[in-house]
Amino acid sequence: MSREDGRANNHLREITAKVGIIKNAKGSAFFKIGKTAAYAAVYGPRELHPKFLQNPKTGVLRCYYSMMPFSGVGERIRPGPNRRAKEISLVTEKALLPVVDLSDYPNAVVDVFIEVPQADAGTRCAGICAAAMALADAGLRMKDIPVSIACGLVNGEVVADLTYNEEASEGAVDLPICILPRTGEITLLQMDGKISKEKLMEAIELGKKVSHDLAQNLRNALLEKYIDLDNNHNKEDTK
Amino acid sequence: MNPVQQYSTKLISEGRRLDGRKFDQYRDIVIEKGLVGPADGSARVRFGNCEVIAGVKLSVGTPFPDTPDKGALMIEVEFLPLSSQEYESGPPSIDSIEVSRVVDKCIRESECINMKDLCIEEGEKVWILSIDIVPINSDGDLFDISSLATLIALENTRFPALKNGVVDYKAESTKNKFSLLQKPILVTVYKIGNEFLVDITADEKKLVDARLGVTVLEDESICALQKGGDVALSSEDIDKMLSLALNKAKELRERL
Repeated sequence: MSREDGRANNHLREITAKVGIIKNAKGSAFFKIGKTAAYAAVYGPRELHPKFLQNPKTGVLRCYYSMMPFSGVGERIRPGPNRRAKEISLVTEKALLPVVDLSDYPNAVVDVFIEVPQADAGTRCAGICAAAMALADAGLRMKDIPVSIACGLVNGEVVADLTYNEEASEGAVDLPICILPRTGEITLLQMDGKISKEKLMEAIELGKKVSHDLAQNLRNALLEKYIDLDNNHNKEDTK
Repeated sequence: MNPVQQYSTKLISEGRRLDGRKFDQYRDIVIEKGLVGPADGSARVRFGNCEVIAGVKLSVGTPFPDTPDKGALMIEVEFLPLSSQEYESGPPSIDSIEVSRVVDKCIRESECINMKDLCIEEGEKVWILSIDIVPINSDGDLFDISSLATLIALENTRFPALKNGVVDYKAESTKNKFSLLQKPILVTVYKIGNEFLVDITADEKKLVDARLGVTVLEDESICALQKGGDVALSSEDIDKMLSLALNKAKELRERL
């Protein structure tokens, strides 16, 4: 059975990725996949308060995920962190931590703020993609650019990048995953629904497969910012 | 005071601004409408580097006992830590509450919305209009930009479909809009030393002695005021600030 928007099972929705869009932040990015979008801003390294949270060996990474009040298809979401947002903040932090090296910044903190202006499933994954670009844009040392996508089961078939309707359909399985494309390692893995081990491994493999394309999108966005700068620079030189 | 603010103070005393603008000049204004799919109405407004998104959500609720035939309006500005290093996560700061209240008064007191249009069934069911404003990049003050974004978001708001008295989120929204009877424009005038400025930047904000937020209606009458800042204003100051606000409101209105 085909998908309602006509995509092949391994096709992602249309992607827009931009870097450096929030001037106040050290690093920032916007990531949009279909009708799901996320902003991310990185502030720091800056001093961490209260002091007992400081780590003299390395900087601390903190992530905050939040949905804008008008971003959901249903009712208005009350501002401020709820239990879901807190949990997503936590798993986002764990998804990003293995690639970010903050050992040059003992006792400091790097804050990553993720805001979702509009949602059509896969917001934590979009948030992680935006955050990964923002961290790179902030010039922090990273082993890889992590990418995240929801795979899962819709009508019994393994698919990538579920929409809200697909996720809400009968028997659907949602499996958000964060992958380090260079090594294929996995830093975020959650799942809800009922699935066999075989299908589950198939979904993870599909996630790995699409991660390379996704990573290329993020890398291009980062390059674009600096190519732009380069061009402006050249223009000024010739004046 | 940091060196930028010191230099800015010096420039202002010479009649100039750091970014080359005139005292009564807004930054470049960019307006985009209806970009947030799930919202019933939305707008993104930029004043230079300062950027906010306003989103409208309509829900069904019970009316207040003293206004059984009127809907309810709620406006909230949340200072996202994403948008500035000065904002922190946690409960709303007093500054964000002031912006929310001033924007609320701008819309409510202008009576631009006929609250009776929001009645579904008298005494039983009314529309609750929730407007949320979030900065993406905060630079300067958020009063004027938030009220403008709210107005534009309201202009493109469409009622969602109802099914058995509740909002049917699965259906497409209707084409019905509510009529905006008025376009209130909020202009905040800032006093720095002996000078009066509009649309300040984050660095200029540190220099402000006093401010006056003025909401101007189409017939040039004024429907809301808010004085802020630590320094007192004379009647002459207020006279000058009102004149400047009326002029700027006219100019902004023409660009809508």
